[in-house]
Amino acid sequence: MTTLAANRPAYDGKTLDLTGKSGARAFRNTLATVLIVLCFLIALIPLLWILWTVVSKGYSLLLDANWWSQSQRGITVRRVGGGAYHAIMGTLIMSLICAAIAVPIAIMGAVYLVEYGKGTKAAKVVSFMIDILTGVPSIVAALFIYAVWITVLGFNRVGFAVSLSLVLLMLPVVLRSTEEMLKLVPDELREASYALGVPKWKTILKVVVPTAFGGIITGVMLGLARVMGETAPLLILVGYSKNINLNPFDGFMGALPTMINQDRTELALEPAADRVWAAALTLILLVLLLNLLARLIARFSTIKSK
Amino acid sequence: MAKRIEVSGLNVYYGDFKAVEDVSMTIEPRSVTAFIGPSGCGKSTYLRTLNRMHEVIPGARVEGKVVLDDQDLYAPGIDPVAVRRVVGMVFQRPNPFPTMSIFDNVASGLKLNGVKDKKKLTEVVERSLHGANLWTEVKDRLDKPGAGLSGGQQQRLCIARAIAVEPEVILMDEPCSALDPISTLAIEDLIEKLKDRFTVVIVTHNMQQAARVSDQTAFFNLAATGRPGRLIEMGPTKQIFSNPNEKATEDYITGRFG
Repeated sequence: MTTLAANRPAYDGKTLDLTGKSGARAFRNTLATVLIVLCFLIALIPLLWILWTVVSKGYSLLLDANWWSQSQRGITVRRVGGGAYHAIMGTLIMSLICAAIAVPIAIMGAVYLVEYGKGTKAAKVVSFMIDILTGVPSIVAALFIYAVWITVLGFNRVGFAVSLSLVLLMLPVVLRSTEEMLKLVPDELREASYALGVPKWKTILKVVVPTAFGGIITGVMLGLARVMGETAPLLILVGYSKNINLNPFDGFMGALPTMINQDRTELALEPAADRVWAAALTLILLVLLLNLLARLIARFSTIKSK
Repeated sequence: MAKRIEVSGLNVYYGDFKAVEDVSMTIEPRSVTAFIGPSGCGKSTYLRTLNRMHEVIPGARVEGKVVLDDQDLYAPGIDPVAVRRVVGMVFQRPNPFPTMSIFDNVASGLKLNGVKDKKKLTEVVERSLHGANLWTEVKDRLDKPGAGLSGGQQQRLCIARAIAVEPEVILMDEPCSALDPISTLAIEDLIEKLKDRFTVVIVTHNMQQAARVSDQTAFFNLAATGRPGRLIEMGPTKQIFSNPNEKATEDYITGRFG
């Protein structure tokens, strides 16, 4: 208090000057504003560029109904025609199987870390392992599953093996985001529930997780988006097939990233190049669609305020 | 309804730190007992031991006896979940469940414990909201989120939620400290009404409030910072505020410290 009083200029009987910013501060304010807006615009450039390129080069094939219903069976790089149905289904099947395995493990793992294991040695070990897993490159995850699924267990290269390696990539993303969301749920809500004589497990199931639901869904979507674009596991664990194959336990399977990779080798040929862009756009749309779906689920699961 | 609580030789710890030392008291049924004392004297901590809410905090533990209806709440084999069904709690800040409607908030205690009968739930919700003096304000928007109410309404919603499970005892941890004077008054009226059916224990920083609502008052204090809090004296509210036995109590209620 005394120092503040000492720093204040003595009151000299004149009216106070409250007219505002000094020149230097106004300058710094403008400078910072300009910098921030500039950074935002710079960040926007590649995003818009990519979107524009993909949309403008890829949209024409997407307007063709065949794109959504036919495979690439018998279509060579020089030929126009065929569709991406085999690849869309492959991507959906493999990533949804992955999600079906990874999401429950991730959510239950996060519940353990936040609700049960807090501060224990086991939780610290798990947390550390998750950090390591976050940094594992997709090709390493793919090789690991190759070693287990094919070398040790002796199975073939199939879609399910890809799903398994994608689990390794999705798990840490979903677990971390779920963990953060659960931490945001105030302890007061847990205590309110305990005070009603509700057991801990039911409190978690009916109060904590529903409160964090929107955030958990966002995490799942982020994980799914990451996983759907992964290419290395596809190349290593399942061959690319131009035919429709909906069985993840038998045979090669098409997927959008490997379809892009297939036609990319002949990019000089127009039919192939068109398909590359169209497949890329399809992948972006697929992720977008799943995102919208998740938003809808999240919205309908909360009660409306109006 | 409404049970007597007898506490004897209670010590409360956070890990190695003894927060409250050697408390013994009797809390009468169908009455309001107020805990007063300076910040950090352990009155809230002590309150939370009465429904085994204290042990929710990692490392927290309790020694001594809390006897409710001839049963020691800390005896081996006692389920804290069962204890909390009998001893409810209202917290300092209103904490309605944000994902639930007003109706579901009040019904949550029953619903989460497996009651599905729609008719019974409707009945209990209406009765509890009446009991919490909130019915007329919310009866037309029971399906709207509880978080959309004002702070005072939210706190009464939390009280409705607590009484909906028909506990014997209701603990209130500074229930008005986040509310404006009008909402505070509404809650105080409600406390007056609640004691017909429940044993009410309230922690408050507001001595006028303690004087207004309580029948018995307990004064807590700590000898020095870092020392455990203790029960200094307890008695009928009139006597504590007009003619306390202890010098420390008199100093506190006359505003000489704390």
